[in-house]
Amino acid sequence: MFDLAFIAAQEAHEIHAGDGGWWADTAGIMLALPLVAFLLILAFGKRMKYQGGEIAIGALAINALWASVLMVLNMTEGVLTQTTFVIGRIGSGLVFELGWVVDGLSILMYFLVSVVGLLVFIYAVGYMKGDRRLPWFFAAFSLFAGAMLVLVGAPNLVQLIIGWEGVGLASYLLIGFYWEDLANVKAGNKAFLVNKVADVGLVLGAIIVALAVGSFDFFDINEAAISGNAELGAVAVVGALLLFFGAMGKSAVFPLHIWLPDAMAGPTPVSALMHAATMVTAGVYLMARMFPLYQNMAQEARTPMIILGAITLFGAGLLALVAKDIKRLLAYSTVSQLGYMMTVIAAGGYTAGMFHLFTHAFFKALLFLCAGSVIHAVHSNNMSDMGGLRKYMPRTYWTWIAGSLALAGVGLSGFWSKDEILSTLGNEGYQIVMWVAIAGAFVTAFYMARATVLTFHGSYEGEREPHESPSVMTVPLILLAIPTAFAGLLNIPGVSWPVIGNFTEWLAVRIVPMGDHHAESIDWLIGGIGLLAAVAGIAVGWAIFSKDRDSQEDRDLFEIPVFYPLFRRGYYIDDVALGAVGATIGPIARFVDWTNTHILDAIVNGVGMAIKYLGGFVYGIIDQRGVDGVVHGVSAIADGAGSVLRRMQTGQVQQYAASFVAGALILVVVFVFVL
Amino acid sequence: MILSQFLILAAALFAFGIYGLLVRRNIVLILLSVELMLTAVNINFIAFESVFRSPDAIGQVFAIFIITIAAAEVGIGLAIVLMIFRNRKSANVDELSLMRY
Repeated sequence: MFDLAFIAAQEAHEIHAGDGGWWADTAGIMLALPLVAFLLILAFGKRMKYQGGEIAIGALAINALWASVLMVLNMTEGVLTQTTFVIGRIGSGLVFELGWVVDGLSILMYFLVSVVGLLVFIYAVGYMKGDRRLPWFFAAFSLFAGAMLVLVGAPNLVQLIIGWEGVGLASYLLIGFYWEDLANVKAGNKAFLVNKVADVGLVLGAIIVALAVGSFDFFDINEAAISGNAELGAVAVVGALLLFFGAMGKSAVFPLHIWLPDAMAGPTPVSALMHAATMVTAGVYLMARMFPLYQNMAQEARTPMIILGAITLFGAGLLALVAKDIKRLLAYSTVSQLGYMMTVIAAGGYTAGMFHLFTHAFFKALLFLCAGSVIHAVHSNNMSDMGGLRKYMPRTYWTWIAGSLALAGVGLSGFWSKDEILSTLGNEGYQIVMWVAIAGAFVTAFYMARATVLTFHGSYEGEREPHESPSVMTVPLILLAIPTAFAGLLNIPGVSWPVIGNFTEWLAVRIVPMGDHHAESIDWLIGGIGLLAAVAGIAVGWAIFSKDRDSQEDRDLFEIPVFYPLFRRGYYIDDVALGAVGATIGPIARFVDWTNTHILDAIVNGVGMAIKYLGGFVYGIIDQRGVDGVVHGVSAIADGAGSVLRRMQTGQVQQYAASFVAGALILVVVFVFVL
Repeated sequence: MILSQFLILAAALFAFGIYGLLVRRNIVLILLSVELMLTAVNINFIAFESVFRSPDAIGQVFAIFIITIAAAEVGIGLAIVLMIFRNRKSANVDELSLMRY
């Protein structure tokens, strides 16, 4: 029934934490609120003034307050508790539980999902105004946030998978929100199917790990990983790689990143939420949650993870260089930044990865909302239709600049988190990867300079007069710009603020803490090199793209032979993947289709025809001629006999009397003479 | 007692009755013919009883039964005839042929 498990392990690991009191005990309400909002909006959204937007915002506003309280509690004293309810048993020995974890990691995610989600929801009210199916939009949006909260609050792998699939479902619904256009439907399908491929890995990994440990609980699994459980050790590498494969889908790690750029088909607020706090952070969160498994047990799994992460962070950055669609550019940038997080977590930098996730959530949401604001103004996603917008949209421009600088790692929050990633990679001995990451920082700054110049500088190329967006959209931008600028200060290496401490300390409040590397002091050399790379990227980008040309298309002339088509086609991964699917699954599908049409359908059709003819026979011969014939025959006989015999009924009483007498005489004759 | 005399008388009465029943057109006369046939049967019963003496005098009992029933029958019959005559202004049996096919 009610199984309140206060994890008492904190003393053994010398972590000082409170239990968070009422706020943590009932944190499950946070998980349920957006799901309740989902149902309420479906039921009543149509009749409300903002089409259900007020319910969605209300639910997330409560969540944001709640998460902020938990955040403050965690900053000051630390919060560490887990509440679970036993729902049922899985097989023999495994228990299926639902509940919520409240520790540093999950509080961070609650905070991100709720606060960023709230700002995006408010923005969406302005952005989506007058749109089709608004109640459905807000309902699915609430479902999206709610599923993510279920995911990050999960105390075990089963609930994580439930939230995981809920996020996948909601993203599918939202990417295909404008389903009147076939391309959007296809983008939704692609996202869903690519994620499904990865989910196979997640489910298999969860089962393998849970069977080895005997529990789905993160606490048990991580304890087993730290204490060197032999059974877990036997399957740790396979399980860790399978779980990582699952995370690759949601967190868009090469080569499973192909769904994310296409996911731009959804409304821009969806993209903002998807790239900042929900969906793509799920994979990184899973890696962080299972960190002891990777840190203590499955070291062999870390090399392929780092290699894939490095490919992702650099390769996706190059793709962003040639994107023409501003949202697609930001999408590739997200893929690249996720590559940073995955790489550094795989390299042992738990804090660095989560810190980058934290700052990235703010500035990427900000950039997407800025892009949405621009798209709202010029009614095009294409950067060649923009240009010179800084004069028309000053608020959007300056917040965009803040986001771009943060993303490029020049000052602001992104500098501190990227610096931490670089120094962690260096300290852990991954020098080559560190240089790749520095090159990635150069590329990042380069494409953000390009995007900024093409969008906001030069002369305007579009048709209609652009205008600044309404305050319901610009206020969230400004509110997001604040953490974008200052969130980096929360984790300056070696600096612990009075009362609240720093980010590293908050994250260390974990159900199973682990000794990951985090820098104790500022590494001026690496930080300087990273900053230099970023500034160089901005300078080069500015030099190339800010030249005056006749049109936007000419300004974007950046066609390196061979590489340009390679980048434009996204390394042909889509073609290769579709080709591979076509080559392997295609014949099978065609065979199944042929079997279906020619054999199964033939059988079904044959049986159908046989029954049809049988039915025709039964009706025509047995029923119409046999049964009906008998009935009609009997009635015809009765009819005929009646029409003959009724002539005896003459109405002449004396005739009756005469036949009566005649009959009596016959009887007399018979009795007297015959018998 | 010569039984055959009574039987011949009864047969003659019965034959007259049948003749009247089949030939007469007036309903009243037909009813009277039926009475003749019943009387013939009564004579037979009494004649056989007086010759063959049954223990409970069944022959006589039957004769009295038949007289009783005949009386009732004539009562009902004449009432019907009266009603028919009032409605049709006729007691001719040939004209009363409504109950036919």
